[in-house]
Amino acid sequence: MTDVRADSGALPGTGPKVPTRWTDAAMTQRLRRRYRFERWFRLSGLAAICLSVLFLAFLLYNMGSKGIGGFTRYEAALPIDFTKSDLFLDPAALRGPDARQTVAGADLSSAISKAAAAAYGPDAAQMFSDGALDILTDDIVRDPSMLTGQRTLWLPVGSKIDIAAKHDSDAASEKLVSMLRQKHALKWGLNTQFLTGSDATDPSAVGIWGALKGTFLTILVTISLAFPIGVLASVYLEEFAPRNRWTDAIEVSINNLAAVPSIIFGLLGLAVFLDIMDLPRSAPLVGGLTLALMTFPVIVIAGRNAIKTVPPSIRDAALGVGASKMQVVFHHVLPLALPGILTGTIIGMARALGETAPLLLIGMRAFVAAPPNGVSDPATVLPVQIFLWSDEVDRGFVEKTSAAIIVLLLFMLVMNGLAIYLRNRFERRW
Amino acid sequence: MTPNDTVTIQPPVPTADWTDDSANRVPKMTARGVSVFYGEKQALKDVSIDIHEDRVTSFIGPSGCGKSTFLRCLNRMNDTIPSARVIGRITLDDEDITSASMDVVQLRARVGMVFQKPNPFPKSIFENVAYGPRIHGLAQSKGELAEIVEKSLKRAGLWDEVKDRLEESGTALSGGQQQRLCIARAIAVDPEVILMDEPCSALDPIATAKIEELIHELRGRYAIAIVTHNMQQAARVSQRTAFFHLGEMVEYGKTSEIFTNPREQRTQDYITGRYG
Repeated sequence: MTDVRADSGALPGTGPKVPTRWTDAAMTQRLRRRYRFERWFRLSGLAAICLSVLFLAFLLYNMGSKGIGGFTRYEAALPIDFTKSDLFLDPAALRGPDARQTVAGADLSSAISKAAAAAYGPDAAQMFSDGALDILTDDIVRDPSMLTGQRTLWLPVGSKIDIAAKHDSDAASEKLVSMLRQKHALKWGLNTQFLTGSDATDPSAVGIWGALKGTFLTILVTISLAFPIGVLASVYLEEFAPRNRWTDAIEVSINNLAAVPSIIFGLLGLAVFLDIMDLPRSAPLVGGLTLALMTFPVIVIAGRNAIKTVPPSIRDAALGVGASKMQVVFHHVLPLALPGILTGTIIGMARALGETAPLLLIGMRAFVAAPPNGVSDPATVLPVQIFLWSDEVDRGFVEKTSAAIIVLLLFMLVMNGLAIYLRNRFERRW
Repeated sequence: MTPNDTVTIQPPVPTADWTDDSANRVPKMTARGVSVFYGEKQALKDVSIDIHEDRVTSFIGPSGCGKSTFLRCLNRMNDTIPSARVIGRITLDDEDITSASMDVVQLRARVGMVFQKPNPFPKSIFENVAYGPRIHGLAQSKGELAEIVEKSLKRAGLWDEVKDRLEESGTALSGGQQQRLCIARAIAVDPEVILMDEPCSALDPIATAKIEELIHELRGRYAIAIVTHNMQQAARVSQRTAFFHLGEMVEYGKTSEIFTNPREQRTQDYITGRYG
């Protein structure tokens, strides 16, 4: 009998109570190991954060130091005597509505070259940028009286001289810069043309405004299509659709769509919008449609998850006082899910904003020298513009590329800030 | 939750009003041969019960016995569960509410519901009560709406506590206040029947006592059906009681008889605490 009792002592709860040894060596060691592991885990987390902050700082420094030059430019003084130049401009024609055309018809470019050569020697003939021509044209149209006398104009220098003034360049350019500096004929200024102009072949004359406007229009098309359709689709799938094989298939397809590489969407846009529907090439409309296709599944997935997290008790409460299904959804479920939906939309939009590949396929990589006036005008977008400029051989494009990246990042920051502000506002209302 | 969880702060029987003359009256709602299936599983077997005006009918029984399922049939809340199938006949004033021609939205306004967990909308106290009247167009003007809100909150015994902070969120109230807000929300649409699904199971004893008092006061105006785990509560608030067990309705009758002289052995066992 005693043997049986000893055996049954091994069963839980039947034997004599053995006190847990909280202080013996094994326990102390276990405890120490536990703390060591926790410390190690925390340190590695901290290290990961530090590393990413370091990378980010490096990126920002790199972009900033290179790109800041894109927003500035050097201007040089150009003494020009219009009476001696062989421009044939009729002052009477300059007062009419066709003034710009008349000026453009005159050979201003060679007038600038001659004046520059006369002032600073034959090497300086090509020192001014293409942008200088536009500025001079504007000046003459605004004030035709300047053609009757001698003026000293400050005009942006060409890319080569600009680089020589900012960094270093070939010997001839450097010599010209030091000569200009001696004569106090060189000054540093803000490059307004970069913020107001469009793409150009001369890096000192390029601007970002065309691409910025193109991006804005494209995103507008994307959001005004993808957001309402995405939200309504997620509401329907989550609240109204019956649960069966069809809705399962749709759910799987939407999840897969979100993972499809963006270039495939570009091909789809090319085939459907350009080939079948015959919409204009390179237009923000087509770009927006293509990006909307890409963003739509992201919004649907985020929307469905946000709707799922609305507690069923709220639905019961609304149904209990006699709200219809529609009222339950639009009065209660959707407002509560909106912050979550907006978060998904921000992610989708940020992805669309940075997208290049699908837009290349629908022709948005074309050289567009004027900002678009509407969604069907040819345009390009910031990431594509960056891609195009980074591909250029001219050294002047390096800083323009970095400057364009800064503009793109700022644009993203503003857009995300707006979206986060909206999200918080909706959250506070409840 | 077991019946013993709620401490009785009132003596179980003496405060109860067991006067019941419903046998001679036309019932407000009747259920005949009601069965409910969730998919293949039968949750409720052939239940027949009457619910009377000016009376509280309580449904008692152990967890999973089908009493909440039955309650949810009375305003067709089971429609929201895709797999649920209800057979049998349920009437409200002789109108078959299970028929396809019945307007569910209107039915749920006429048969209000209070849920187990207080579930105010995450909106202001005023909006919580005003929502029902607004969607049904019961008020012609803002003044009238405010009147309905005040009347409903007064009837729910909450007015004095919240009259100065109607714009505050309903979710900021205490649990008991939230539940009374939900009752105010239900009575704001002027229902004929109020269904309560374990309205006190998430509340402390003091809040429970207030709700029970409220049920006493509301009884004169509405037909009330209440599901409860707490037998003392059933004894305190109801005039008629139905005992459910394993999807069957075992016994239905006057509360006085069920609690003092049950006909069925299973009822006897349950109310004496032998199981459940």
